[in-house]
Amino acid sequence: MSLYYLQKVLYQLNRDDRVKQEYHADLPALLDGYELSDEERGALINGDIGLLYVLGVNGQILMHYAAFLNIEWFDYLESMRAGIKKYGPVREGVYAMTGGGQSFTLEGER
Amino acid sequence: MPLVYAGVTSHGPGMTGRAHLVENLEARDQLYAALADQSQAIKESGAQVMVVVAAEHFANFFMDNMPAYCIGLGERHQGPIEDPEWLRIPKVAIPGSPDLARRLATDIMQTVDLAYAQEWKFDHGIMVPLHFLTPEFDLPIIPVNINCQGPPLTPLSRAWAFGEALGKACANADERIAVLGTGGISHWPATPDSGKINEPWDREFLRRLQQQDKQALLSYTDEETYLEAGQGGFEIRTYIATAAAAQGPLELDFYTAELPIFAVGCTVGHFNLNT
Ligand SMILES: [Fe+2]
Repeated sequence: MSLYYLQKVLYQLNRDDRVKQEYHADLPALLDGYELSDEERGALINGDIGLLYVLGVNGQILMHYAAFLNIEWFDYLESMRAGIKKYGPVREGVYAMTGGGQSFTLEGER
Repeated sequence: MPLVYAGVTSHGPGMTGRAHLVENLEARDQLYAALADQSQAIKESGAQVMVVVAAEHFANFFMDNMPAYCIGLGERHQGPIEDPEWLRIPKVAIPGSPDLARRLATDIMQTVDLAYAQEWKFDHGIMVPLHFLTPEFDLPIIPVNINCQGPPLTPLSRAWAFGEALGKACANADERIAVLGTGGISHWPATPDSGKINEPWDREFLRRLQQQDKQALLSYTDEETYLEAGQGGFEIRTYIATAAAAQGPLELDFYTAELPIFAVGCTVGHFNLNT
């Protein structure tokens, strides 16, 4: 269930300037408002795009968070690939819909 | 009156935001030329308002309250919701058409359960098409969203029924209305597979639209679409709804799979409304 809240933080961050201010002012306090696992919380504290992808965050949310962190497009794509190498296949969410979590990202590296 | 224009187009944020990274400049400029022609066709149709059937990407709607179908009743809309420097489209206000939108909503609700929103921030799914098609952002827009992002998703047969209801509602109104469906065919947007395009799958989908093969259009399962066409393939709902609104065959004006930096097989087409 906490993938829902993990994505919700990023959804609200992407669309609301006040949440962006809170992010910069006191990120841990902002995250206290969401039900997150330690791993999810850590991924947000560290801005770990690769782990967020593996945890199941939708790319339509994740790419804007990456832009918010000033990560260039090709580096964003590379971070997700590195995340899969480091943490394994996508665990949850829409990219883990088939193949028991062996997401198409493995086949699609090109 | 019957629709004065119905068409489809792609909306990848790269089409504006990553235009400077394109290697195949010839294909890019052909795409832009096709969009300029589409813009001209919409203008020449005398459309007073355009309904944009879009597949937004967690800009207004999230999994706390996700409508299958939603129509925008606002007097004006804001966009883009994304960083304007990232999308390379400045922030603007786009006029809505609240009175007509309300009439369309009431009419559509006779057959399809439709949500409405009086506030709507456009994301790239609408802003990118408008940037090319109504670059002054002066034509009133009625946004419609079909959830193509967060499963469970509305079945394709319902997308067809929705499109049919939309077409009938437009015909019952006095205004000259254009309908534009915008989405990807196969694509894997914003993932490590960004840039992958299943061209044969796209061509087959377009063939079904060109031949008005409703049964074949509605026969895709989400599992099949996901495997062959990626998560982005779920956006075929917008094309299917627009085809149902138009009740005519698609004329394909442009397609290329040669612009992977745009992360989608770039498509421009219009429906023949005279049949
Ligand atoms: Fe999209």
